[in-house]
Amino acid sequence: MNANDVLLKVVGLKKYYNGGKVKALDGVDCEIRAGEVVVIIGPSGCGKSTFLRSLNLLEMPTAGEIFFEGEKINDPKIDINLHRQKIGMVFQQFNLFNNLNILQNVTLAPTKLLKQTSGEAQKNAMDLLNRVGLADKAQNYPSQLSGGQKQRIAIVRALAMKPDVMLFDEPTSALDPEMVGEVLEVMRELARSGMTMVVVTHEMGFAREVGSRVLFMEDGVIVEENEPNAFFAAPQSQRAKDFLSKVL
Amino acid sequence: MTNWVLAAGPSLGEQFKLNFIDGDRWKWIVDGLLATLEITAVALVIGIVIGVVVAAVRSSYEKNKDTMKAKGGVGYAVLCFFNAVCKLYLTVIRGTPTVVQLLICYFIIFSKWTNGIPVAMISFGINSGAYVAEIFRSGIMSVDEGQFEASRSLGFGYLPTMRYVVVPQAFKAVLPALGNEFIVLIKETSIAGYVGIMDLTKAGDLIRGRTFSAFMPLIAVALIYLTLVMLLTWLLGKLERRLRKNER
Repeated sequence: MNANDVLLKVVGLKKYYNGGKVKALDGVDCEIRAGEVVVIIGPSGCGKSTFLRSLNLLEMPTAGEIFFEGEKINDPKIDINLHRQKIGMVFQQFNLFNNLNILQNVTLAPTKLLKQTSGEAQKNAMDLLNRVGLADKAQNYPSQLSGGQKQRIAIVRALAMKPDVMLFDEPTSALDPEMVGEVLEVMRELARSGMTMVVVTHEMGFAREVGSRVLFMEDGVIVEENEPNAFFAAPQSQRAKDFLSKVL
Repeated sequence: MTNWVLAAGPSLGEQFKLNFIDGDRWKWIVDGLLATLEITAVALVIGIVIGVVVAAVRSSYEKNKDTMKAKGGVGYAVLCFFNAVCKLYLTVIRGTPTVVQLLICYFIIFSKWTNGIPVAMISFGINSGAYVAEIFRSGIMSVDEGQFEASRSLGFGYLPTMRYVVVPQAFKAVLPALGNEFIVLIKETSIAGYVGIMDLTKAGDLIRGRTFSAFMPLIAVALIYLTLVMLLTWLLGKLERRLRKNER
């Protein structure tokens, strides 16, 4: 995968609930290129999480097409599990496996799905845990960790699959304020390493500093799309102006 | 002190001798206890097997019906059919008294079988399966949806997700309810006398009929049940603590 290749492409994406009464996504078109950090912002209920969750088909779109690395993935004939292996995801509620310790959380998918030997997987896991400063927690269980620690482990768990792109669904929204920084630091580091990232967030500072592009969504569509500094300095649409005046 | 039992009757020692020593009547109790244990053990296994299968069908249906319906095809029709069969089974078994089910099994379904014990094993097993199924299903449904999504996002399919993540957590959650069902089962086998089986209860009752002395045999039977249940409760408590230690 070369830089600037289109990794994810979305065409006319729609997601309706209750037989069309609720339009979570109402026609979204977008391309995400390798190496980009795309930040999605917008008021709550605007469809940004639904959009992100559609990218790995945790939400099945009502209409439209999603291409990952050139292949249409919302096709009944496609084995979505193979594609998901290359699309890492980090959730608002961390979702670490409660029945497994930290090392097992990180090594489960690489050993079962990538057929790594457990020695190999453990070595990778420990390297990654070292990178986020949590190697000493390898034998602990999720219930023994703080929210910030859990989220850093969740990032490590996704990275252990060596994904081509990482999706972040409001990764700091469930954290106590003093723990937001440690998670953002890991994400910043990841962005510097060249990882392609799609991030739904309310952290405007992070969006501005790390993002290579900002998508502003409202009512299930992308209203505005720009380079972060330009977007935050001079939003074009009235809706983006209203939104920023409330959150900044 | 002892005379409140049988005013001016034989002493407790004499009653004991009359009921258990004379005519080797203690052997009846032993035989009855063995029958009770045999029936319970086999019914337990049958119940768990049925319970696992029914719970698997029912929870698979509930978790997958929307995506499968969208895809269409034979798989959805098959799942719908099995789900309907399971629901019918649950309704009939939970809607009729256990003793009626036992009589129907013995006098109608298996009327050619002369030995009641296998009939009782099957009948109690089918009965217990319905309750175990609902216990397992409630456990699977109680595992947070996020656990499921996290596993799917890593690339695990539905079945591996159940195996590595959901079922281990569900099992831990349902252990108290499952233990309760086992306790109910042990005691419920006391109706086996209805179909001519000499289980523990029947043995005590036979001795009472022979000796015209109710206190000793019935209290002895009650104490044996009590001991069995306390033993089981203790074992389950130990298992529960061991599983919990994993997490803390």
